[in-house]
Amino acid sequence: MRVIVCVKQVPDTAEVRINPETNTLMRDGVPSIINPYDMHAIEAGLYIREKAGGKVTVVTMGPPQAETALREAISMGADDAVLLTDRAFAGSDTWATAYTLAKAVEHLGADVILCGKQAIDGDTAQVGPEMAEFLDIPHIAYVRKIEEIEDNRIVVQRLMDDGYDVIESSLPVLLTVVKELNVPRMPSLKGKMAAKKAEIKKMTAADIGATEENLGLKGSPTQVKNIFAPEVKKDRKMLEGLNEEKVMALINELQVMKCL
Amino acid sequence: MFVKIDKDKCSGCETCIGSCPYDAIVIKGEKAEINELCQLCKACLSVCPEGAISEVEEASDIKEKSEGKGVWIFAEQRDGKISGVAFELLGAGRRLADKLGAELAAVLFGATGSDANELIRWGADKVYHCTDEIVNTFNDEPYSKLLAELIKQYKPEIVLAGATPIGRSFIPRVAASLKTGLTADCTSLDIDDESKNLLQIRPAFGGNIMATILCPNTRPQMATVRPRVMKRGEYNETAKGAIINVSAGDIKSRTKVLQTVKEVAENAVNLQEASIIVSGGRGLGGEKGFELLYELAEAIGGTVGASRAAVDEGWIPYRHQVGQTGKTVGPKLYIACGISGAVQHLVGMQSSDIIVAINKNPDAPIFNVANFGIVGDLNEIIPMLIKKIKEVKGL
Repeated sequence: MRVIVCVKQVPDTAEVRINPETNTLMRDGVPSIINPYDMHAIEAGLYIREKAGGKVTVVTMGPPQAETALREAISMGADDAVLLTDRAFAGSDTWATAYTLAKAVEHLGADVILCGKQAIDGDTAQVGPEMAEFLDIPHIAYVRKIEEIEDNRIVVQRLMDDGYDVIESSLPVLLTVVKELNVPRMPSLKGKMAAKKAEIKKMTAADIGATEENLGLKGSPTQVKNIFAPEVKKDRKMLEGLNEEKVMALINELQVMKCL
Repeated sequence: MFVKIDKDKCSGCETCIGSCPYDAIVIKGEKAEINELCQLCKACLSVCPEGAISEVEEASDIKEKSEGKGVWIFAEQRDGKISGVAFELLGAGRRLADKLGAELAAVLFGATGSDANELIRWGADKVYHCTDEIVNTFNDEPYSKLLAELIKQYKPEIVLAGATPIGRSFIPRVAASLKTGLTADCTSLDIDDESKNLLQIRPAFGGNIMATILCPNTRPQMATVRPRVMKRGEYNETAKGAIINVSAGDIKSRTKVLQTVKEVAENAVNLQEASIIVSGGRGLGGEKGFELLYELAEAIGGTVGASRAAVDEGWIPYRHQVGQTGKTVGPKLYIACGISGAVQHLVGMQSSDIIVAINKNPDAPIFNVANFGIVGDLNEIIPMLIKKIKEVKGL
């Protein structure tokens, strides 16, 4: 079984502070981490290797410093890692990112591709499904349990709002995973040694045979027009009156909002 | 397009560095330089005191815009029942369509003709309806292939869908195959008066900053919207519209749903997946206050959260902590009881759909992010709230 896990290095948004005076982000000293959902994808890859044999390759697209994330994945037990790095990739939106990762996967070859359900900086959850479309393979999003995995068939549970679906798919398949799937393991001492010594393979646009017009900013259909600080809610309603009246008013509002 | 720093004008004052949310500006040789992390958000353009930062258009920026007409919404159903988000999308879609002077159509896979009529009563001029067996149950491939085919055939200029497990899963495939942009989880949508482009506004960095996204050169412009963000339009009992039956043809699926299992939400400490969180802070006064909060959570069907202050006091375990050093949550409803609203707490919960703040201090910052505020004594208000909720729910 050839398993590829796609990961993203993200700023630890839990550590991002807002400057209360200017309402802008303060990112000084904010550490970069592997996107937390991707940690579960790495663990799932290692699980599949234990079950079905094979090899786990971790892939990321990013600046040279994203190598740290790949070494961390190797310390957890991944066999090898590929860093897609090229100035041409800069400014990619989800479409261009998915295209680039899909070209790399195509180049490397895989039976199962794993992604976290979304990255905590962008929160789009789009890159996984978009990759599957580019690769012309099925995908299952929000995987919370892998029930069976065989040479050409997988059965998983997909988390839905009201419960879960049990879904069967042919291979190759792309899965995006939620944190309920597993508990990511800690790096072992052996893993840490391997991570130190591992040679991270670097690949450019030319190496993966990508078409330039589909890459980076040029290949991105969406553009960020501007960013701005969130406003104080304008529709805020202070509920007035006696305590009992305030509580009744709140109950009414929550019923209108369908929260009760 | 790219952002450029005029080295002659740059004084190396470093003002621009703090304005960049992407760490894309560095100082080299006492001059600012933009590196490959730049996402072209243009946040730095206005901050330079020397006016040294500007955007530069490239020849390749001017692309031919593909044509499109009309606004579409995807109306998802599960077990034959149309999701509420479909009616909310019709409300949002109607406003956009009216602004463009265009038609509003809904796309419905599965369900029945009477459901299609219901979409018309909620504002659709037209419904594209497929009742083929293969789309009764949601599978990504048939849904994305059929929707992409319909879009190619009828060429709408805007397509909206719910940011639900279904919409977030298959809509990206549609955008990928059509080579067009998709913006996830928009909290606001509008039409730019001049260019007529769709302005797609969404939170970034866990809601720390808002971004306006454009899809200027390709069509359709696609966006997903979370449930309960948009308002429904007017329901018109007598509205008439066309229902166009469409066929899925020979579309196949490589995934198959073997079983659908419904789970009743448990009252567990799963804060990030909880749809209702009842959270307490120092204002609760102690462990006793949290006992009251647990009672409220049980009545409303929610999970208990806490501010760092309450956790530091030892009134409740760390796993309940919401905020910068705890969990980031985004439930449908967040009720903050006795939480003042320090920034580190706000970053962990301000993406919640509806925020209720109850606090005795009318100047508490928590009221700045609240939809509904009650100033008052928690020991009186919470028991009343519990009683009323039980009455409403018939418990």
